[in-house]
Amino acid sequence: MDRNSAPLLTMQGIKKDFFGNQVLEDINLELRPGEVLGLCGENGAGKSTLMKILFGAADIAETGGYEGDIFLDGQKVSFQTPFEAIAAGIGMVHQEFSLIPGFDATENILLNREPEKHNYVSEIFGDRLNTLDRSEMDTRAKNAIEKMGVEIDRHMMINTMPVGHKQFTEIARELSKEQLRLLILDEPTAVLTEREAASLLDSIRGMSERGISVIFITHRLQEVLSVCDTVAVMRDGVLVECVPAAETSVAAITKSMVGRSVGTSQKREIKNSDGAKTILKIDRLWVDMPGETVRDVSLEVKEGEILGIGGLAGQGKLGIPNGVMGLYEAGGTVEFDGKVIPLGSPRECLDSSFAFVSEDRRGVGLLLDESLEWNVAFPAMQIQNKFLKKYLGGLIKWRDEKAIREVTEKYINELQIKCTSSKQRAKELSGGNQQKVCLAKAFALEPKLLFVSEPTRGIDVGAKALVLDALRKFNRENGVTVVMVSSELEELRMTCDRIAIVSGGRISGILPADSSTEEFGTMMLSGVV
Amino acid sequence: MNDKKKINLRQASVPIMFIIICIFCIPLSGLSPKMLINEIITRMGRNAFLILSLLIPIMAGMGLNFGMTLGAMAAEIALILVCDWQIVGVPGMVLAAIISVPISVLLGIFCGKILNRAKGREMITSYIMAFFINGIYQIVVLYLMGKVIPIKHSSIKLPRGYGIRNTVSLLSMRQKLDNMLAINVAGVKIPLLTFIIIAIMCLVIVWFRRTKLGQDMRAVGQDMEVARDAGINVERTRIISIVISTVLAGFGMIIYLQNMGNIATYTAHSQIGMFCIAALLVGGASVDKASIGNVFLGVVLFHTMFIVAPRAGAYITGDSMIGEYFRVFVSYAVITVALIMYETNKRKAKSAASMKLKEAQDEE
Ligand SMILES: Nc1ncnc2c1ncn2[C@@H]1O[C@H](COP(=O)(O)OP(=O)(O)OP(=O)(O)O)[C@@H](O)[C@H]1O
Ligand SMILES: [Mg+2]
Repeated sequence: MDRNSAPLLTMQGIKKDFFGNQVLEDINLELRPGEVLGLCGENGAGKSTLMKILFGAADIAETGGYEGDIFLDGQKVSFQTPFEAIAAGIGMVHQEFSLIPGFDATENILLNREPEKHNYVSEIFGDRLNTLDRSEMDTRAKNAIEKMGVEIDRHMMINTMPVGHKQFTEIARELSKEQLRLLILDEPTAVLTEREAASLLDSIRGMSERGISVIFITHRLQEVLSVCDTVAVMRDGVLVECVPAAETSVAAITKSMVGRSVGTSQKREIKNSDGAKTILKIDRLWVDMPGETVRDVSLEVKEGEILGIGGLAGQGKLGIPNGVMGLYEAGGTVEFDGKVIPLGSPRECLDSSFAFVSEDRRGVGLLLDESLEWNVAFPAMQIQNKFLKKYLGGLIKWRDEKAIREVTEKYINELQIKCTSSKQRAKELSGGNQQKVCLAKAFALEPKLLFVSEPTRGIDVGAKALVLDALRKFNRENGVTVVMVSSELEELRMTCDRIAIVSGGRISGILPADSSTEEFGTMMLSGVV
Repeated sequence: MNDKKKINLRQASVPIMFIIICIFCIPLSGLSPKMLINEIITRMGRNAFLILSLLIPIMAGMGLNFGMTLGAMAAEIALILVCDWQIVGVPGMVLAAIISVPISVLLGIFCGKILNRAKGREMITSYIMAFFINGIYQIVVLYLMGKVIPIKHSSIKLPRGYGIRNTVSLLSMRQKLDNMLAINVAGVKIPLLTFIIIAIMCLVIVWFRRTKLGQDMRAVGQDMEVARDAGINVERTRIISIVISTVLAGFGMIIYLQNMGNIATYTAHSQIGMFCIAALLVGGASVDKASIGNVFLGVVLFHTMFIVAPRAGAYITGDSMIGEYFRVFVSYAVITVALIMYETNKRKAKSAASMKLKEAQDEE
């Protein structure tokens, strides 16, 4: 990158409010060709909103546009639709996948930009009857994948791909656009394994060498330092810092993100529940979840403990909760509190006061168009008849609005969910705050057993400890047994009593949480397939 | 390898069920093989084109679509007019085809627009809409023809001076297409030209899948949101797929009616959609996936059953009315059964992969 070259992108005085709620205040930002900018900030700081403005996303125009100016190559631009932004050379990879499941990688990479061959029919009836130039498609896809520097099978169907490869397919799609000059990556590493994340960082470096500028949003600050030229930190809609990466550190970034220094969670006691009764017994479970196949898992969870399930991505740890909840085809037996519960019927699980927070908050997590209150209280109301006032001996049931508001507000405070009120719609929350709402929903159920999967995905460094503390408090104070699946070993060690490591679709061992990292490490690698 | 076969076998269960029915009924029907083959060949020429018109909306994710009924109506109107103008033989058919195109296109656009408002419920919506358009068709045929649209010949007019008779004879076109280039192989008449047209149609469909429009339709069929995000005009693409289907159905209906030799003015189109969909399902297609192979297998099986079952029924019960009743009953049952079987198959296919896992576990 050449520090003296003219800026590719300049943002001046960007302001944005959603119906009076000011989320961006006077953002000024400059980006040079080939520069990699790391964008950090707490959940709800306004990172995604800023990027949506740049990319011309529909929800910005629908909510009254923005103030301020954006210059691309010195020309003032204001994109009304993503297509205009794409034409100007901006690409964006969203957190949710935007891929056609039954197409292979090549077809997805070139979706609606397929090279075509003219023929007689299309001369008459128009270009849409041109035939596709398959061999040219193949070459272009191959080039895009090579540019990315990560090996993926370009003939593989999307629906059979592991998550990480889907992410790479999306990136390759952006790279295949010849005009691409600026690539926006909004939390791309959240779904990747460590190895995949590392290759993504490599490929970002490669893009930068080729003169493509990258804006990279992540909550993993180490990644920012290792790949970015510049780090920009946002706090409550204000750009508080913009410094060269070489001159900062994880601690310094964290400090300017949250406005105070974040201590690690305090040391805590580890509970030994060996004598307690077994509340959940999983026997010979297999789960057919693409990319997270579980082959043969048997596991006993003791009442009152926090059991962690860890392991490398793709080894099957995520398959366990998904199989138990019946979100994927599964077999084996699961016994809860002495009763066998059938797999594949989530309602039955919930009836047995068994709650579940999925790692896929968008897919099965929230009713995005409904209010926070509704999201938090609805399952408890539906399943356990909570928050209902009964009249005439239970003949008439009325929603207890007051109790609903109280419980929602309690969790908003406890988890520090950033919102305007408990009546705000879930889809208006930032990604990390939506994740917190998912947890609040499960807490409100007051289950006997809580199964959480990747509870801190997309949550900022400051709030991580908060969420984990809430989880532990919930366990210790309400006596709720917690099973927690996470890809971050440190997080598991901070929170759990015992940790089971999954490798190659099987449990390779269970250790107390205070065992050494090396012990866990050997176990993780033991049965890898 | 073995597993793959198992899954395919399951997918083929609907066709297999019908093969068994046919094998059971053929001897009971008392038909000679030659007669049977003759019948099947005739019906293949008569129906295949119509069924082919169903393929493109399926590709665009619009399911088994009764929109084709609209094309059939357009063709009937065109044929009635051409008949009245006394343009005979193959030129008459070509003219009818040309006239049917604008009507089919209009109806197709209308149908497509409505179906765009009923995404995910295309099958039932198009079924109901066919009833609605049928009402308009009746107004046209029963009142406007003869009053507003001039109809000269009293042989097709109702005695009261306007409206069209219950049956319009197509004697001047009857099997003109089929007889052109027809060859006779060991007593079996093969309408070569009709088959060539059908073959060309198949090639066109294969080619169409490889075009940009075909690719867009497949994308839209799988995920409308993603397709839209990629800049594909989803609504327009869906409308085009229905328009292509109605236009092709119009051509198919002309081929069908020239073979029959007369138009049952008020009923010909109403059952044709049902029969075509049933045949396609019997051929092993499903709501979201259908191939040219399904079309031909479907025609053969469905119509073999159609030919032999009533006779077999008459043979068993000794009453020919029972046979007739049986025929209608069966075609409705086919659709219901096929749909149910496919639903179960879908679920089974999903668990097939999982069974493998279980087996692997048990082996250890
Ligand atoms: N459509 C919307 N309507 C109203 N408010 C919104 C809308 N979209 C975002 N917001 C608000 O704007 C603020 C910034 O959200 P944004 O998504 O930009 O945060 P973020 O920095 O990306 O956080 P995260 O790290 O959690 O993804 C949040 O307080 C959010 O509630
Ligand atoms: Mg965000």
